[in-house]
Amino acid sequence: MLKSKTFVKKTRAGGVLKIVREHYLRDDIWCGSEVCKECKDEAPVLQEDACIESNLCSYPHYLIPDTNVLLHQIDILEHTLIRNVIILQTVLQEVRHRSAPVYKRIKDAIHEKEKHFYTFTNEHHRETFIEREPGESANDRNDRAIRVAAKWYADHLTKNTNGGSLKVVLLTDDRANKEKAEQYGLTVYRCEEYIKSLIGNPELVDRLALKPDDQNEIIGSKLLFPEHLPLSRIQSGIKNGGLLQGTFHANRDNYLEGTVFINREGEDINEVLLQGLQNLNRAVHQDVVAVELFPKERWVAPSSVVLQDDSPNDEDAEEDETENKLKGVPPDSSVLKPTGRVVGVIKRNWRPYCGMLSQSMIKEATRHLFTPADRRIPRIRIETRQAANLAGQRIMVAIDGWPKNSRYPNGHFVKNLGTAGDKETETEVLLLEHDVPHLPFSPAVLSFLPKMPWSITEEDMKVRADLRHLCVCSVDPPGCTDIDDALHCRELENGNLEVGVHIADVSHFIRPGNALDQEAASRGTTVYLCGKRIDMVPELLSSNLCSLRSNVERLAFSCIWEMNHNAEIIKTRFTKSVINSKASLTYAEAQMKIDDTTMNDDITKSLRGLNRLAKILKGRRTEKGALTLSSPEVRFHIDSETHDPIDLQTKELKETNSMVEEFMLLANISVAQKIYDEFSECALLRKHPSPPPSNYDILIKAAKSKDLDIHTDSAKALADSLNNATVRNFPYFNTLLRILATRCMMQAVYFCSGMDSDFHHYGLASPIYTHFTSPIRRYADIIVHRLLAVAINADSTYPELMDKHKQSSLCNNLNYRHKMAQYAQRASVAFHTQLFFKNKGIINEEGFILFVRKNAIIILIPKFGMEGTVFFENKDKPSPRLKFDSEGPTLEVEEHTFHMFDKVKVTISVDASNIQHQRIRMALIEPVIPGVSVPVPESEPVAKKAKLDC
Amino acid sequence: MAGLELLSDQGYRLDGRKATELRKVQARTSVFAQADGSAYLEQGNTKALAVVYGPHETRGSRSKSLHDRAVINCQFSMATFSTAERKRRPHGDRKSSEMSLHLKQTFEAAVLTELYPRSQIDIYVKILQADGGNYSACVNAATLALVDAGIPMRDYVCACTAGFVEDTPLADLCHAEESGGGTSLALALLPRSGNIALLQMDARLHQDHLDALIEAAMTACKGLSKVLDDVVRQHLEEVSVLTRD
Ligand SMILES: [Zn+2]
Repeated sequence: MLKSKTFVKKTRAGGVLKIVREHYLRDDIWCGSEVCKECKDEAPVLQEDACIESNLCSYPHYLIPDTNVLLHQIDILEHTLIRNVIILQTVLQEVRHRSAPVYKRIKDAIHEKEKHFYTFTNEHHRETFIEREPGESANDRNDRAIRVAAKWYADHLTKNTNGGSLKVVLLTDDRANKEKAEQYGLTVYRCEEYIKSLIGNPELVDRLALKPDDQNEIIGSKLLFPEHLPLSRIQSGIKNGGLLQGTFHANRDNYLEGTVFINREGEDINEVLLQGLQNLNRAVHQDVVAVELFPKERWVAPSSVVLQDDSPNDEDAEEDETENKLKGVPPDSSVLKPTGRVVGVIKRNWRPYCGMLSQSMIKEATRHLFTPADRRIPRIRIETRQAANLAGQRIMVAIDGWPKNSRYPNGHFVKNLGTAGDKETETEVLLLEHDVPHLPFSPAVLSFLPKMPWSITEEDMKVRADLRHLCVCSVDPPGCTDIDDALHCRELENGNLEVGVHIADVSHFIRPGNALDQEAASRGTTVYLCGKRIDMVPELLSSNLCSLRSNVERLAFSCIWEMNHNAEIIKTRFTKSVINSKASLTYAEAQMKIDDTTMNDDITKSLRGLNRLAKILKGRRTEKGALTLSSPEVRFHIDSETHDPIDLQTKELKETNSMVEEFMLLANISVAQKIYDEFSECALLRKHPSPPPSNYDILIKAAKSKDLDIHTDSAKALADSLNNATVRNFPYFNTLLRILATRCMMQAVYFCSGMDSDFHHYGLASPIYTHFTSPIRRYADIIVHRLLAVAINADSTYPELMDKHKQSSLCNNLNYRHKMAQYAQRASVAFHTQLFFKNKGIINEEGFILFVRKNAIIILIPKFGMEGTVFFENKDKPSPRLKFDSEGPTLEVEEHTFHMFDKVKVTISVDASNIQHQRIRMALIEPVIPGVSVPVPESEPVAKKAKLDC
Repeated sequence: MAGLELLSDQGYRLDGRKATELRKVQARTSVFAQADGSAYLEQGNTKALAVVYGPHETRGSRSKSLHDRAVINCQFSMATFSTAERKRRPHGDRKSSEMSLHLKQTFEAAVLTELYPRSQIDIYVKILQADGGNYSACVNAATLALVDAGIPMRDYVCACTAGFVEDTPLADLCHAEESGGGTSLALALLPRSGNIALLQMDARLHQDHLDALIEAAMTACKGLSKVLDDVVRQHLEEVSVLTRD
């Protein structure tokens, strides 16, 4: 009961509404310190021995940061050295309103036990609550509340430590606040002052964010950018239609250009083009901005030139000529786009960026420009004393602000990732830039793992079908340790066949809502890079308890069909089970067993049965119009459903690959139907939308050039015409065409059945589909397992599972993670390809033209399954005469005309001139075009079999 | 802008209460002399006034009266100035009628109506200020008014709301918490027997959460019953002091 507490009414006026809220004050909020005898805190957070060695404070002390220090110096506070910090509720609430990312980070820090961060609920403490005085602004009131709380702590600690030496130190960068605090008798320092006084950690100083006060020193007084409008004017502008709100996307190839995507429905304009630094007005990629549209006569066309901000690192040599660089492009009135300028930023979406330091020309300078790896991010000016050490290193930098008189945003150093070009470092950069969560699993997550030694209990056996006697085996790529599927096939007494797909029962180990589950949901997928795997679930599960290895008992979720010899399903049964796999085979081993007529053991018979059925199933699927597409990455086994390379080792596809795949598809479809029947509102499904007809233009044009027709009105028509598209004496043509077709496709996505009406999976020609077969490496499958388990009464339900909105937001995360994982994978392949070619030197190779562009051709080298670009424009050479015809499409270079699919010879080398963006360079050897092609390299290396060192 | 944080990591709610704590309850009985019974009750910022007339002869048509017990007639209304947005509230709109019906059902379960056949008991409740938990405040105020009128009941009827925020049941929701999303339920309890007089819930709730939520609401109701009991006893003392000489 609250009887003992007095209460104060707090009135909040907003608009015409008068909101009256109760505000209870309590006397049971503890100070959280170990030393305190008065408070009855059972688990005090703040340590008695709170020592951060400092010149200014030689005594043990607790830090109290004010709101702005917390907002801007979060990188400092996160450092392991900073411990025993009191976060006041006033501060925390202000941070929550002003920056969601910082709020999340400080909350994480508070949860970390070793940090000893304590949240003091001062607004509800009887002695620290203050009321706003007449005429006092909300900010001033909060500053005063912080001072009062700090004072309370000072007195409280002195009283309860019997005059001990423990003190509190208030950190604030606000001058007025500091003065008032000093008058009030508090120990108070500016953040910078305090951090610089710390002994033995000079690196921390670099993490200091620059404050507006200091910025004046750095930059000239010249105003470079128009002022941003205040938020209130932006809001009224958006309301009356004068301004548009959207997300800013910087152009990757041209730093003076960007696009704002208007995210409001019902606007006739959904993209606004921005050109020039002034009009970009300090917007950074992904910021939510307000734009003002120019009148039609000022609209321009997107320039197709490549412009990189590579001016020397000279502080004030601001290039005035940059604006002119764009003007040289002759406008083509037919392609004019709505154009405008940024008038204000509604929400910054800054994150820490990976990149490298470009050192200042001046040797002793402490201000340097930082070049992010992501070309869409502008260069950032940072202050550091360790520039010499950071040269050649990949580092991480955060933006602090972008004043209107500064050419570049200001930022501060966050951490060093390692030497550039180093495999470890580059992998780390790759993971960070693609937002792949890759930190080791936290103790909280690991605490939910089963205790070892683990074994199947009586309880488990009671509720599961005992399938240990069945001749189950798994077929996977060599070296696979996370086996999530196994199969069996046997003849029944009635002459029919019984086929079983057994999937690792991951949802048995990962229970809804616990830390392990949340972590897996956040990671969404296991990420496979060259020679590295970032697991979605801890290794104990992925490679041991859930992995369906041979000759051990494992829990499984089984999907069992009774089929006739025509592969027609007679009965489907789902059950949780216990299996004991008899063999873990590779694709090659399984193939050998099937082919070897002398072998007649149970496993082989089972495999032969499966293989025979799979062929029938595949035939039927193809007949319905399922697509067989190609990807040039021949080194990889391509997942026919996602078109993702899923395996790095397999180079040739065997019949057994498609055998396993066929049954996985069948299981996924059966499960999708079952969970949709049971939960029409909240089934997690996967769809693959059919592409809009215009996507196929390039494919149709390309085929036309070889006098072939491609029909795209249905998946079936497309599949058929692809099958018939062959050119005499050009066996690789069909593959090229399929590669092109792949590029026309849409992305397959997860969705919640209650939120969508179109379920069709175009690529598989299936009306419904989901993911059930890889719960070890995909979180979607875990949810599907849970749904199926509820549907067959094998497990209990929980609220989030049945909430379509929650599930929909989960799908969004999963789709995002899958996309990023795919990009990370590609980047990793690109990096390793570069390593490979770096070691080989310049080599020449045959290839085919895949695309023709305005000033370049894109070439596919079948031997390495890689693509490269031959540019016909060069910075230091006069460009040759170019004529581009978009109808063909063809490109005329001097006297030669390039068509799609032309065979060419090129040299391949690595261009390491820009260490951050090393890339494969190709140069033309054949056809010989004077002034454009290059001579054949002198020593022709012996063509070796392509092999990556990963 | 971020929504309100209904429950902080330290376990405090918006107004500084912990999850299971109730708002401050203040009440007075016999506030009007004319009525047979009356009570004024504040549950935090929610303020309710209840007036009871009866038991008396059935007014209006005879057909309404019951031969074996009393009819309970409830009328609920809200003052124009009771919410942040000032709104004219016509008498007997759908919401008020529903609330009236709920109150009627609640008290039919508690009042020993069989003692007064062919008669009628009128309960009028008005919300003067609304800040969440209107139904519970009405029930609690009406209970006090019935006690004040000396109408025999099986037990106090105590009502309280409870809602869910991230797996934690919160007792006695204020307006901000009620409108902050999540499901809430209102429960009227006869605390001594543990019988539920009325349970009302408008939104969907997962079955797994229901028990926890009802448990929280019941605990809160029992807490309230103590407060109501104290109010009645204190009033009795005051009255007995006055009437001693
Ligand atoms: Zn204390």
